[in-house]
Amino acid sequence: MAIVRYTKEHEWIRVEDGVGVVGITEYAQEQLGDIVYVELPEVGAEMTQGAEAAVVESVKAASEINAPVAGEVTEVNQNLADNPGTVNTDAMGEGWFFKMKIADPGEVDRLMDGAAYQEYVESLS
Amino acid sequence: MADVDATLTGNRGLALEEAVIFEQDSPGLSGVDLPAPEPGPGNDRLGGLGRSGAIGLPGLSEPQVVRHYLRLSRMNYGIDSGLYPLGSCTMKYNPRLNERLARLPGLGGLHPLQPISTVQGALELMDACAHWLKVLTGMPGITMAPAAGAHGEVVGLMTIRAALEARGDARKRVLVPESAHGTNPASAHACGYAVETIAANVRGRVDVGALKAKLDADVAAIMLTNPNTCGLFENDIIEIADAVHGAGAFFYCDGANFNAIVGRVRPGDLGIDCMHLNLHKTFSTPHGGGGPGSGPVVLSAPLVPYAPLPMVERRGDGFALVEHAGDSSAHPLGRVKGFHGQFGMMVRALAYMMSLGSDGLKQVAEDAVLNANYLLARLKDTLSVPFEGPCMHEVLFDDSFLKDTGVTTLDFAKAMIDEGFHPMTMYFPLVVHGALLMEPTETESKATLDQFIRTVKGLAKRARAGDARHFKEAPRLTPRRRLDETAAARNPVLVWRPPPSRAAE
Amino acid sequence: MRYLPLTDGDRREMLAAIGVGSVDDLFVDVPQEAWRDGPVELPEHLGEMEVERAFSAMAARNLSAADVPSFLGAGAYGHHVPAAVDHLIQRGEFLTSYTPYQPEVSQGTLAYLFEFQTQVALITGMEVANASLYDGATACAEAVTMAARITKRKKVVLSGGLHPHYREVTETMTRFLGIEITAAGPDWRGGEDLASGVDDGTACVVVQNPGFFGHLTDFTPLAEACHAAGALLVVVVTEVVSLGAVRPPGGMGADIVAVEGQSLGNALNFGGPTVGVLAARQKHLRQMPGRLVGETTDVDGRRGFVLTLSTREQHIRREKATSNICTNAGLCALAFTIHLTLLGEVGFARLAALNHAGAVRLADRLAGIDGIDVVNDTFFNEFTVRLPKPALAVVDALADRKILGGVPVARLIPGRAELEHLLLVAVTEANTEAHIDALAEALREVL
Repeated sequence: MAIVRYTKEHEWIRVEDGVGVVGITEYAQEQLGDIVYVELPEVGAEMTQGAEAAVVESVKAASEINAPVAGEVTEVNQNLADNPGTVNTDAMGEGWFFKMKIADPGEVDRLMDGAAYQEYVESLS
Repeated sequence: MADVDATLTGNRGLALEEAVIFEQDSPGLSGVDLPAPEPGPGNDRLGGLGRSGAIGLPGLSEPQVVRHYLRLSRMNYGIDSGLYPLGSCTMKYNPRLNERLARLPGLGGLHPLQPISTVQGALELMDACAHWLKVLTGMPGITMAPAAGAHGEVVGLMTIRAALEARGDARKRVLVPESAHGTNPASAHACGYAVETIAANVRGRVDVGALKAKLDADVAAIMLTNPNTCGLFENDIIEIADAVHGAGAFFYCDGANFNAIVGRVRPGDLGIDCMHLNLHKTFSTPHGGGGPGSGPVVLSAPLVPYAPLPMVERRGDGFALVEHAGDSSAHPLGRVKGFHGQFGMMVRALAYMMSLGSDGLKQVAEDAVLNANYLLARLKDTLSVPFEGPCMHEVLFDDSFLKDTGVTTLDFAKAMIDEGFHPMTMYFPLVVHGALLMEPTETESKATLDQFIRTVKGLAKRARAGDARHFKEAPRLTPRRRLDETAAARNPVLVWRPPPSRAAE
Repeated sequence: MRYLPLTDGDRREMLAAIGVGSVDDLFVDVPQEAWRDGPVELPEHLGEMEVERAFSAMAARNLSAADVPSFLGAGAYGHHVPAAVDHLIQRGEFLTSYTPYQPEVSQGTLAYLFEFQTQVALITGMEVANASLYDGATACAEAVTMAARITKRKKVVLSGGLHPHYREVTETMTRFLGIEITAAGPDWRGGEDLASGVDDGTACVVVQNPGFFGHLTDFTPLAEACHAAGALLVVVVTEVVSLGAVRPPGGMGADIVAVEGQSLGNALNFGGPTVGVLAARQKHLRQMPGRLVGETTDVDGRRGFVLTLSTREQHIRREKATSNICTNAGLCALAFTIHLTLLGEVGFARLAALNHAGAVRLADRLAGIDGIDVVNDTFFNEFTVRLPKPALAVVDALADRKILGGVPVARLIPGRAELEHLLLVAVTEANTEAHIDALAEALREVL
């Protein structure tokens, strides 16, 4: 069973067989509005935790997406190049950004779980 | 929309539809009669690099071209059309005399590389324009080279950096208040500096304590807009200047809002080192749908030797143009633009300054500030005011007066369009929520302001009465209604392409 | 005070509505140290007639290239601008509008910028173009920083055929960005080798066609060498009319094209304002600086235009923007577009052919004068001649005869003995046969 963890910057990471799939949360896509462009990292790029990994753009805003944990980028979601709106329609699923080889599983454990993230989001409004 | 007004053509009386030129192509037509070249083809010196194949430009006659662009012009709102209270943009009247003078053959027809002896009047004009700007700002030096305000910003910072490097101390950071225009951090970055933000205080001004805490030996400069983008005068400016100089840094002032104080307050008396002037704002050169601008930068004495090339110098009875570092006793930054700056804009700005004179320019600042405060006084009970007045040349409101109405700042602005006004600046500065920034300028009459005030009040009442739909559907009466910016950005179509059927021919 | 509509009565009423006694009370936030008694030390206001008189006097102290035979070029060209251009750009709706932030009341500006972008893409042979920049020289500098961003490299090679102002502006504007510039020496004979200087650290090579000295070059092999090394080729065009006759940069493999558009629609203006523009390959769109206009539809499904891809720009991206540029050269771009629309396909090609033919006639004529060597084998409407005397003195002597005979290379590149005798001579459709006769005759006298 895959585990999903969240950051305070509204990224999620789902761990499947030791591989992390990264995206932005439902809350983040709602805040950004219609997403028009996603700039993805290069496959093979080494990320430290919190490093800028991708950029997501709406018409009037651009936001950096940081690597939730350290690791190497192994795959990016090419579908987002032609269909950035997928992030709006399915943020937690088809709208994933990139996959990464996780350097330190301990970093994943220290992120928020679903309940903690929910509480965090509610505290923001 | 209900189609009771639908027409066969899509035109609506004086509101005329117009296709792009590529859809009006009559191949072979030209709107310019030119003689046949002699010698003809076959005797060329193009070295086999002649163009082959058609370019794809459409052919139109002169009357078709004139009608096309006239129809397009009518889809625009300009200062000549009505009130254009775009905050921080100083949309004042652009005198037509200035246009006439810029087109005098002895000015507009000058080539930039004529022998210096043949352009003494032009150099005199540049020198006179520079003199007026130096006296108005109370600063000893100026560069006329920058092409626009943003260009002036980066050139000013480069001058600062060159001066710092000359003393072996380039430093690393530039401090920028959070209310700053986005160009400030972008300019600092273009000059190789890291940007650090300073918080605003509850009065909408720089928090001097926060500023002092960040000032250290790595700070190259502070960039401060004064009056600031909230329309407020930074009343601690002299204390700020002293602190900045005490830390060995330079004080860059963004002069975008100089219209509020021109002829009345000299920035040189406030301790600044460097300030760009947007000739298209305070000095009335036309905005032209977004340029051309001109951004001269005034400089304090320590920065003067590092100003960019070229420079006009008085020599004896005449004027010289210093175009190369070797001809200068100083350490010029180098060239920042082709030729000598936006000469045509200097012509217009000087004509404007001479028309108003020292007395008129002071009146400009006073009337600009009076008009803005009049809006503040008459609208403060209707809209919501984040910071106490008096304001300077522009007045800032936030969107709390729209709370729970379902109407946003954007919707409100679009409804202003249907009423015949250009909207105010929206969502800037970022320090307040849903900002509405209004700058009426001095060239609006009281009657126009009163009509604007009545309209804003009427719309605010309508919003609070629950008629959100009126705002969501606005504008209704424009050549185009709200446009799909998301589709434009997701699938950028930046050039016209022939429809598939024609392309296949 | 003809520009100020408030009456003294208005001012009194408004101060009363505000609740203050005088306008001084509105300036209370200005520190007392900066208050002044009365106006600054400058003359008082003047009527329109007096101002006009003063400017006419200054204009009269110039010798206008518009009034005498002029063969000046070197990046600014005196072309005939049709009357309709200047009439249309002075429409108040064009002249006095701002950047088209509110598309519903700016379709006029947005539509012409869309036409401008399309025209520039067509004539340069590129896929996309922006809505203009300040001028050709700053466009060149922007092309270099754009290439550095795309390639993530820092080394830049500038051709010796690049306009000296473009080289200097590029050097200044990149000085604090860690970009390493290698500028080749003046390539006045043409034929320099740049490909051997390209390696896997090179961001771009910047060339110019026609070159500063007038030579035309097929840059296809250089483009191939750049691409093989992962570098980009930037082609500068300072005489946009050449694109009506010469194979465009897009046809030679250019990745970015930086153009000075003054020749179309814009007066010489002593060098500014003019209109710069960048054109590029579609794949580099996201790294382009400056405003872009895109096509879309409105809520009623009608075609319209908007500013788009704004997230590249300073007002959103702040210090991470592609450039700090805000506005562009909107009105100069409009003049460019109207002029090119008037010309159309046929007129643009004929205008270019006329310019070239005039230059061929003048080159042949000057080649027949003792002591003058025409340096160029190829050129468009401007070429280099070597004179038997220093060119600076020769143009001064010609100016005394009310002829603007060309641009001495030493005016732009001083201090090099081998360039002292070189003169750039340009011909446009505005030059008559009588102008050519006058120049040839005067040169015989002064040499």
